[in-house]
Amino acid sequence: MAGLIHRAWRNSFPHGIHPPGNKFTNRLPIKRLPFADELIIPLSQHIGAPAEPIVHRGQEVVRGEPIAKASGFVSVPMHSPVTGVIAGIELTPTAKGPKTKSIIVRPHPGAGQKVLYGAPQDYSRLDRNELITAVQDTGIVGLGGAAFPLHVKLATPPGTIIDTVIANGCECEPFLTADHRLMIEHADEIISGIQLVMKLSGAKQAIIGLENNKGDAFHAIKMRLPDKSPISARLLETKYPQGSEKMLITTLTGREVPSGGFPYQVGVIVHNVATLAQLGTLMPLRRGLIERVVTVTGPGVKKPGNYLTPLGTPIRQLLDYVGFSGTANHLILGGPMMGSSVASLDVPVTKAVGGIIVLAEERKIDEHPKNADPCIKCGRCLQACPLKLNPSQLGLLAAKRQYQAMEEEFHLNDCFECGCCSYVCPSSIPLVQYFRIAKAINREQLITA
Amino acid sequence: MKKRLNARVEIRTSPHIHYAPSVSQIMRNVVYALVPISLFGIYQFGLSALALIVVTTASCLATEHLFMRVSDRASSLHDFSAVITGLLLALTLPPGFPLWMAAVAGFIAIALGKVIFGGLGYNILNPALVGRAFVQAAFPVAITTWTPAFIPGRFSEFVPSTLTLPFLKPISPAEWINANAIDGFTGATPLALQKFEQIQTSTIDLLMGMTSGSAGESSALLIMACGLYLAFRKMLDWRIPVGILLSSALFSALFYLINPDLYPPPLFTLLSGGMMLGAIFMATDMVASPLTPLGVWSYAILIGVLTVTIRFFGGLPEGIMYAILLGNAASPLIASLTQPRAYGKERRSLFNRRQKEES
Repeated sequence: MAGLIHRAWRNSFPHGIHPPGNKFTNRLPIKRLPFADELIIPLSQHIGAPAEPIVHRGQEVVRGEPIAKASGFVSVPMHSPVTGVIAGIELTPTAKGPKTKSIIVRPHPGAGQKVLYGAPQDYSRLDRNELITAVQDTGIVGLGGAAFPLHVKLATPPGTIIDTVIANGCECEPFLTADHRLMIEHADEIISGIQLVMKLSGAKQAIIGLENNKGDAFHAIKMRLPDKSPISARLLETKYPQGSEKMLITTLTGREVPSGGFPYQVGVIVHNVATLAQLGTLMPLRRGLIERVVTVTGPGVKKPGNYLTPLGTPIRQLLDYVGFSGTANHLILGGPMMGSSVASLDVPVTKAVGGIIVLAEERKIDEHPKNADPCIKCGRCLQACPLKLNPSQLGLLAAKRQYQAMEEEFHLNDCFECGCCSYVCPSSIPLVQYFRIAKAINREQLITA
Repeated sequence: MKKRLNARVEIRTSPHIHYAPSVSQIMRNVVYALVPISLFGIYQFGLSALALIVVTTASCLATEHLFMRVSDRASSLHDFSAVITGLLLALTLPPGFPLWMAAVAGFIAIALGKVIFGGLGYNILNPALVGRAFVQAAFPVAITTWTPAFIPGRFSEFVPSTLTLPFLKPISPAEWINANAIDGFTGATPLALQKFEQIQTSTIDLLMGMTSGSAGESSALLIMACGLYLAFRKMLDWRIPVGILLSSALFSALFYLINPDLYPPPLFTLLSGGMMLGAIFMATDMVASPLTPLGVWSYAILIGVLTVTIRFFGGLPEGIMYAILLGNAASPLIASLTQPRAYGKERRSLFNRRQKEES
């Protein structure tokens, strides 16, 4: 009932929050970033098995050449973002903390931007399986942050009927504007990416969903769409987490993805516009994913903007380039609601990084009081949770370490850690943080049991 | 070689931004909302009401401070919740209530209503009402002795009963009232007049607060305005007062239709006694009320129906206090029966737990 009202009146889903947008960079065109001294390509920057290197130390590679191959179906290859020489295959730090194996490419002095690898292909002749393999060869993963290999998502189980392809252009995280700029400047590529996904899935229609703070992008896309196109664009309420897969499906179609299930079970497939733009760009040329648009912004950045960044660029060099004020000491990969803190400045930009936010301490935008107050049962978290869970109750159980009850009675595993509950909590209880710990402990117990 | 950029980075977990009024900000706003009501009470009843408000609030704060010291915990006075308890307690007491009894009520409210459960966030009943229920049982005469509003000498002298010495019986204020005000004042509240003598008080008087009654419950209009302020600032769950007022109006309308001579019209039910103050400021105690959407409505309807039942069929003219306390007591049960249906889940039956055990 509430869902119906929200859909009809506001083009939205029930609950959610309205954090300040802080989209300072939404009018800045995408700019190319120069190559760093060294590019670090982690072999595991997607969900699934790490890629296997197919190069050796000292080998010369050209921009766009594969340097690692997929090691199974749920895996993707890696391509060299620059013409240069392989400086080594070593363990390097990652955003999450543990070091993983990475290929290090040292660019040739004066290496150009021209992609020297790949050959145009006419993919309209390929059959479904050949197409999926071709998508895998591009190395594209979900660029919205999930980093799930695109070809796996496209290979829906036999018998599933997809009627709608959804292009996710919501970009509901504050600060980020990479997708916004992409929709303005690369609408054609996004549309051809959508057409390819529609062909693969057999869907009869596609909807591009955008939050209504991106009116210019909406018009840019509308202008590119012919009359009576099966692809349409819709402006939705600017609300976090509008761009979460489940919320977007509900907003656009009114369907609810069953708990623990997948969107294809309700006839929908959702892809981020950045993913689709890469698909539309790379597939006809038979190239691999070597760069992406990254929003670099925040109070600690002197030259904020949307930068077309070679994958593997270390954050240290990126920040050097955009100017970095010394007081800023809180770096976030991704958005401020779901992104992760950067553990080391040597971490490279990977496929799933859509933004780097530098928060300066003076802003106190992220200040959490040291101690949480007791829960006063105000119910704000219940009214914020997009999945209609009971974060208050979950938090109380977490404090008592009743992790089993959290899952059995209060659907802990449905929580996708959007952070709305922590955001609105007057007592500053770190709810999402509690839930992450609880999930991890439940997983461990499942393994040991 | 370029100089290497160095910075000490801090690691935190998402969400990295947080925006919400703090607990003390919310509580402070409730205090702001109670200030006009308290001021109006002082304007109505003079020095005695002022002294009453000061004493209960001080008693609540002192009790909270004492227990925090004894239990070696950080002071919790800064969260303003004890101030709310003190103010609310004073507003529900008769203006001429002996001050020493008010101090006892404040102590009981905080000691037995709040800190014994673990302080703010853990109380199961509204602390102010616990204090009031205690003095209702302990001092049945004093708590039903009313003074009329707007006595001419109210700003220059206390109601005699106010200054009763501890552990002594209060002096009846009847003589003082008669000397100061209109002769023949019985001190009866609109509710008592209606219940025991079938005399109706005019709606305008009830709205404006031209009647006798507790120190801060008389002006329905003012209480509604203050409640609206909080509701607009999203610091009060509007569903609770709306639910209580609607359900009690409908429920009492039923009786009024059956026998209009014996039962008051629904509007009177809404505007008289502590209904407004209770529905807007007492039942909405966040800690002691359920927070699931369905639970909030069930809780409100329960309180509305109980209030009317006690008023019409109980021995007391007023029923909102016990109705809210019963509602508070039932709210854990209500909460567990009304868990929201999570996204992508089948709707659960009301007695979900039992089904689970069977399966």
